[in-house]
Amino acid sequence: MDSHAIATHPEHAHAGHDHPPFLRHHFESVEQQREATSFGMWLFLLTEFMFFGGMFVAYLVYRTWYYPAFVAGSHQLSVLLGSINTVILICSSLTMSLAVYAAQKGRKAALVRWLSITLLLGLVFLGIKASEYREKWEQHHVPGLNFSVSDFVHVNPAYPGQPALPLDMAEKTQVYFSLYFAMTGMHALHMIIGICVLAGLIFRARAGAYTSGHTNTVENFGLYWHFIDIVWNFLFPLLYLISRHQ
Amino acid sequence: MSSTIVSLPDQTTATLPKHTYLNNEYGLKSWLLTRDHKRIGILYLITITFFFFIGGAMAGLVRLELLTPQTDLLAADTYNKVFTMHGIIMIFLFLVPSVPGTLGNFLVPIMVGAKDLAFPKINLLSWYLNTIGGIMVLAALISGGVDTGWTFTTPLSTHYVNTHVITAGLAIFVTGFSSIFTGINIIVTVHRMRAPGMTWFRLPLFIWSNYAASILMVLGTPVLAIALVLVVLERTIGIGVFDPTKGGDPLLFQHLFWFYSHPAVYIMILPGMGVISEVISTFSRKRVFGYTAVAFSSVAIAVFGFLVWEHHMFIMGVSSYSALIFSLLTMLVAVPSAIKIFNWAATLYKGSITFETPMLYAFGFMGLFTIGGLTGVFLGSLGMDVHLTETYFIVAHFHFVMVGGMLMAFLAGIHFWWPKITGRMYPENLSKLAALVTFIGFILTFFPQFILGYLGMPRRYAAYPPEFQVLNVLSTAGATVLGVGYLLPMLYLTWSLKYGKIAGPNPWQATGLEWQIQSPPVVENFLETPVVDYEAYDYEWLANKTRNEVHTVG
Ligand code: HEM
Ligand SMILES: [Cu+2]
Repeated sequence: MDSHAIATHPEHAHAGHDHPPFLRHHFESVEQQREATSFGMWLFLLTEFMFFGGMFVAYLVYRTWYYPAFVAGSHQLSVLLGSINTVILICSSLTMSLAVYAAQKGRKAALVRWLSITLLLGLVFLGIKASEYREKWEQHHVPGLNFSVSDFVHVNPAYPGQPALPLDMAEKTQVYFSLYFAMTGMHALHMIIGICVLAGLIFRARAGAYTSGHTNTVENFGLYWHFIDIVWNFLFPLLYLISRHQ
Repeated sequence: MSSTIVSLPDQTTATLPKHTYLNNEYGLKSWLLTRDHKRIGILYLITITFFFFIGGAMAGLVRLELLTPQTDLLAADTYNKVFTMHGIIMIFLFLVPSVPGTLGNFLVPIMVGAKDLAFPKINLLSWYLNTIGGIMVLAALISGGVDTGWTFTTPLSTHYVNTHVITAGLAIFVTGFSSIFTGINIIVTVHRMRAPGMTWFRLPLFIWSNYAASILMVLGTPVLAIALVLVVLERTIGIGVFDPTKGGDPLLFQHLFWFYSHPAVYIMILPGMGVISEVISTFSRKRVFGYTAVAFSSVAIAVFGFLVWEHHMFIMGVSSYSALIFSLLTMLVAVPSAIKIFNWAATLYKGSITFETPMLYAFGFMGLFTIGGLTGVFLGSLGMDVHLTETYFIVAHFHFVMVGGMLMAFLAGIHFWWPKITGRMYPENLSKLAALVTFIGFILTFFPQFILGYLGMPRRYAAYPPEFQVLNVLSTAGATVLGVGYLLPMLYLTWSLKYGKIAGPNPWQATGLEWQIQSPPVVENFLETPVVDYEAYDYEWLANKTRNEVHTVG
């Protein structure tokens, strides 16, 4: 019996190889590892896309059904705060790209700096979002918890041109705010997760983890961060801007 | 070809190989923290078996209650909870993870010639998520149950029931992530980790079908996840996306739910079809007829599977135009399934067929799945569906497909690869008996349900008119036989772990890469990266080797 020929202990299998410490055992080459992890990340983002897709479908359907309610609802959001947040998020996408670039060039200090700025911008975004949520709470616009239709059955002094809604349509603004909270809430949750990961990255970057040739992690996180940015870039016009002219 | 020739171990005096993935490390920790895809496959095998038996016990209760026309064993609301839990456990905790989690985990890397799946840690995480989801389902069960049916239909689930919908919904959300991660892992492995020479069209069909199922997992599961998140938000804080009193639309939930759950039936069945392709080709010693057609039919099923969800909603107030279109599309999805059946039949034709246990299960699969699929076409036709929907006809239809099809395939696969996984054979005669008992029990359980449904017995009721009793008694009797059919493999497979004959690397004389390494394999599967220069299922090439030689890689 000679099946030992194929049964040598695995540890010995690698004895001859000589590979960088960040190359995982089961990959043949750094290149293969890089391709596999980034492909995996893209697939994950595809699932995220489908996840938000369900809500976008709901938004489109209800928007066509309850168009006046959606118009009235979007008038209640602050375009100013929304725009500031959009700019902040786009900037953070830029600083994230710079972080990836710094990692690729092996510049540790720059990497830590850009990651930290990204994190900071993320926090500012969430802060503004929180203040918007608080305002909605005070105005009794949170479905299920304290929603009241009174803002919509009377002419809103802030938007004198906008007609008051009949009661049955005014009630449909709840659907608008349900979607507003579900979509921006999910987006904020993704931001929170992203910020936690960022904190971890900064910690490890300071130990020099991503500037010695192994940049996959930073690159893949960069993809995730850009994805969050892109989702917001759809949410902002759909929830804040569309129908604004009415 | 970078290969060496080693002689097969002499079956009579053979011992298990010295170093295997099983004895590489010892202790509970080495299992619970393992990153070896083979060990994770075994972890899955243990958990899904556990849940299968809990789900099975629930099924037993349902059948016992239906023995008599009155509600004498379970009160109506308990009955609702029992069939709901049966459905949730069987679908999300057994069928969905069954083949991808166990056999897929164990075999995908080996079959493509890789050392592991692309993301071993995420693979372990998948198992944990699956287990945590399972524990949450059990928690919902113990703390009072859920009675919405496994479909969580709104507004029933959001407004009218007082049961643990939130726990159960979140549980499915968590297991959903498990499924997404498994899917990503399999897709990336197939794309990026194939050994040199392992081209796409040299891949075993098991890989193709798991690959197609993974696409469905990756694209479909998030939609189910968001639907359930919205249900949970509606129950907890009362947002109004599905709530008609606020202007929401319960039909939207149905769309989102079935957008996942119709493809989900293919998440369940496709990997099983992969198993059947391997088994049929091995035991008729022929290349699968129309290999490319079978491979592409998996992908076609995945694509068409996304286009037919509305056939679950024909009577729910969708417009008759869309119902018509979805009815036609539903017919379309039957075509790639039929291609597979025809090609398997053509493979058998003039093959040198032997009737080992996995082959018996494969025959069971072909017969039962064909019946299930054909009745699916009935249901897809609008007029028939309106008569048969929500009757026992539906129950019979999907049990023929999922139990008769998928479970048969799973058992075929477990028997087929048992020697590879454990290094030992199962007892041959007992296992053939079990296959026979399972088949008879199955027919007896579910065939009467077609008639019951045709006669108009509705599903999901604890009581029924007395004229249906004879058929129900038959069905319950069948379920008992079926139960024995499932217990037997449990017992003898466990027995074989210690007493089974030593299998050797290639007991079936099959061609896949997995049969060219020792059984059980070493930790990283191959000592050297294999180089593949022959087509899948090349039995002529194998036959040209002398009896006592096997082509070994590494
Ligand atoms: C051959 C192709 C198939 C066709 C044409 C088909 C068609 C249908 C149709 C039209 C329904 C809806 C019946 C109704 O609710 O009125 C249905 C229900 C169902 N089918 Fe299929 N089916 C097919 C394959 C499968 C497969 C492969 C599975 C599982 C692996 C499956 C599992 C189910 C389940 C679970 C239900 C019940 C859903 C529920 O109401 O809870 N089907 N099928
Ligand atoms: Cu379906």
